[in-house]
Amino acid sequence: MLSVDLHHPMQGFDLDVTFDAPPGLTVLFGRSGSGKTTVINAVAGLLRAKQAQIIVNGQTLSDTETGLWLPPHKRRLGYVFQEGRLFPHLTVKQNLRFGQWFAPKDAPREDMARVVEMLGIGPLLHRRPASLSGGEKQRAAIGRALLASPRLILADEPLAALDEARKAEILPYFERLRDETDIPILYVSHSPAEVARLATTLIALDGGRVARQGPAVQVLGDPMFTPDGVRSVGAVIEAQVARHHDDGLSELSAGDDRLFLPNVGLASGTPLRVRIAAQDVMLSLEKPSGISALNVLAGRIDQVRSGEGPGAIVSLDTSAGRVLARVTRRSVDAMGLQPGLTVYAVVKTVSIAPQDVGG
Amino acid sequence: MDWLGPEEWQAVALSLKVALWATLAGLPLGLFTAYALARWEFPGKQLVNGLVHLPLILPPVVTGYLLLMTFGTRAPVGAFLQDIGITFAFRWTGAALAAGVMAFPLMVRAMRLSIEAVDIKLEQAAATLGASRLWVFLTVTLPLILPGIIAGGILAFAKAMGEFGATITFVSNIPGQTQTLPSAIYAFLQVPGGESAAMKLVLISVAVAMTALLLSEIFARRLTKRMEGR
Repeated sequence: MLSVDLHHPMQGFDLDVTFDAPPGLTVLFGRSGSGKTTVINAVAGLLRAKQAQIIVNGQTLSDTETGLWLPPHKRRLGYVFQEGRLFPHLTVKQNLRFGQWFAPKDAPREDMARVVEMLGIGPLLHRRPASLSGGEKQRAAIGRALLASPRLILADEPLAALDEARKAEILPYFERLRDETDIPILYVSHSPAEVARLATTLIALDGGRVARQGPAVQVLGDPMFTPDGVRSVGAVIEAQVARHHDDGLSELSAGDDRLFLPNVGLASGTPLRVRIAAQDVMLSLEKPSGISALNVLAGRIDQVRSGEGPGAIVSLDTSAGRVLARVTRRSVDAMGLQPGLTVYAVVKTVSIAPQDVGG
Repeated sequence: MDWLGPEEWQAVALSLKVALWATLAGLPLGLFTAYALARWEFPGKQLVNGLVHLPLILPPVVTGYLLLMTFGTRAPVGAFLQDIGITFAFRWTGAALAAGVMAFPLMVRAMRLSIEAVDIKLEQAAATLGASRLWVFLTVTLPLILPGIIAGGILAFAKAMGEFGATITFVSNIPGQTQTLPSAIYAFLQVPGGESAAMKLVLISVAVAMTALLLSEIFARRLTKRMEGR
């Protein structure tokens, strides 16, 4: 459990942030310049905020009221940086051990073999960082942070420097970190796809202030929440792999609904999250027939929110969960869309991008 | 070896001793100075920087004379040091001091450049992993700047081997006492028929300088290779 209360003057605005991060993975979300990195660096002790109270699991790291300020090396955090920051003069194994050299003897110790296995870095142990790919470096960096017996793991856009394929390679390891360890994680990101896939809790920052905070599924399904401009709005649905079909499709169950998407490569029964971008959802007043889209969800309209432009965001409750649709205001008027009305959401199968699907 | 006379051998041995001590004694001070200039902001930083570089731009004779005025037996500092048993004037220790002072700016320069090239983000990463400032320096900064330290040390050694002006002004040219390689070459060239002995010493000078340069190259390359690959 992490509790942060920060006030710090920055260029152009004042950072003024208060939030609690429950166990699990908490994403600090916002566009660049919203103050995310400042917050995470203040937690790490790399930045000394003008006014701060930071408490991790009951241990105060920083409190300007009492003048307490622990230097970074006494905070016992594991920080995964955007660029990895592996030590170039040490082998991967020595990098992994680095934090262990300084961890207190009585600290709960992660097992090296288990971490190496979990991150799949066994074959890399005797190599030096310069010969690793970006994805391999990041995996080693995650291991190094984890093995330092941290109270809290910090990650500052750890995927931002990687290409799409490498991102897809690293994401599962953060999921394992979230699901297989008890260490809370504070994760900075500006990618809705990463948020949808990883976040337990979401703290959205805007101009140095907390715009929204709460459980990720709840915040992402809120039509009032437009993270990076309207285009990237999307709801997250928690589903389960039901079965695989011979024609290459996987069937997912979510509530009473069924979703079909290209083979997800996961065993039946595996829970996963699917992100449905609002712009990929079409609405129909009647149950559509004779169309190519496989995924049609019935739901009641909860809210219709018109933006300043010609668009509107409609949120509907389906048995699978909250779904958002982006339509034009003209359609809202023509169809008479309003809260309480039952409509059908048509989601194109192909619109569920692979990197938005998580396990 | 009768290729060289005893006097020449003495000069070679003395020069090696002087240069070695000048370098070894200069290393910790040089590292500290380089680190301070590269990383710290403090009042009078430019003054310190200027003082360090002074021997590089002053005529060596002037540096030697200033040393004599400071560390001579009748100068206040020199007299005090003599009372506690340390004498520089007209001793090999004085030659080492002169050589060390002259080599210092080269050493500091090489080290400072390598310290400035260290990514502070790596040191931050080490701190978040629990390393105190001293440990960060020992486990991250020091290994990363090792090539610079070696380069600075070897450059200083070569410079100390060849120091002439400040040395001869400060400690004169006493065979067996303060006659280093360059002083000996100079002395041989002053007497008729000394050319062949001078020539041999010149060859030795060239050989020592080239070996030093080669060694530093090999070291630097090996360290860089280690950091760039397996």
